[in-house]
Amino acid sequence: MRIIYYIISLFSSQKSANLAKERLQIIVTQERRKRRYLPLLQQELLEVVRKYASIEEEDIQIHLEKQGNYEVLEMNIALPK
Amino acid sequence: MSKIIVITSGKGGVGKTTTSAAFATGLALRGNKTVVIDFDVGLRNLDLVMGCERRVVYDFINVINGEANLNQALIKDKRVENLFILPASQTRNKDALTLKGVARILEELKKDFDYIICDSPAGIEHGAIMAMYFADEALIVTNPEVSSVRDSDRIIGMLSSKTRRAMQKMPAIKEHLLITRYEEKRVNKGEMLSIKDVQEILAISLLGVIPESLEILKASNSGIPVILNKETDAGQAYLDIVARFLGEEPPQRKKKGFFSRLFGI
Repeated sequence: MRIIYYIISLFSSQKSANLAKERLQIIVTQERRKRRYLPLLQQELLEVVRKYASIEEEDIQIHLEKQGNYEVLEMNIALPK
Repeated sequence: MSKIIVITSGKGGVGKTTTSAAFATGLALRGNKTVVIDFDVGLRNLDLVMGCERRVVYDFINVINGEANLNQALIKDKRVENLFILPASQTRNKDALTLKGVARILEELKKDFDYIICDSPAGIEHGAIMAMYFADEALIVTNPEVSSVRDSDRIIGMLSSKTRRAMQKMPAIKEHLLITRYEEKRVNKGEMLSIKDVQEILAISLLGVIPESLEILKASNSGIPVILNKETDAGQAYLDIVARFLGEEPPQRKKKGFFSRLFGI
């Protein structure tokens, strides 16, 4: 009986390890993108502002805050005198 | 130069404490003066796994609060020369771990030890961040299983953003992947993620693989780190990991073709 089940399982569905790998690749990529987007945004903003004023990296501060159903992006750019 | 190494994973029950005990013991066996610190405040267990639970008098928090000095709290291992344990507190909560306090103790230990191993608690909260904050290198303990791999990825993200090296723009923490509870048979049947799968997803360098082994439970039952049982698969795997960490290339193990297949890639 066992052999029959084994043969059926070979043909029937995808191997569960492959399924695990696919699902992980999708979710991990998504979560990484989310994690990286704030520092990337900060970097890009820095480059844009630098076209017009000379500022340091510390002069841009970004905070993301959750408030109920939405997120608030707070940005502080200190320009030189 | 002494090195601070955090043993971390995010997920609980994957083998952080087992690995901390074995890895620290292995480093000491090779002649390095090593201390292993239990950061799991409130749920201390490293002392049990290392068989010194009845010798705990003072703990990490006592030292941070100045209620005891380091020499009073450090437990000298009875089996292995050069090995010391700093137990966690069983009664306080994790907030007792302050950044300043941890920094001061680590600085003091650095004067005396070659390796400082930080056994992280599970989770991504304060205790886990304190354990990783000052690390130079990290061992990320991962089971070939979806929730463990995802949590490891999360921890890798924190290592590169929430630690001293990240915040002070110093060279990044060196990350090592350690896959534990690996079952070659199930991998071959397509029931378990392979070493290559896990490595591809997490994209950090592999330090080694510990096979699923009945000996791990026997070792913790008796309070003897599994690395001291050199006859076992798991013990040998930990010995190889320590050797590889120290920059050697241990010969491939022939037994059952297991290791030759694992590392012969």
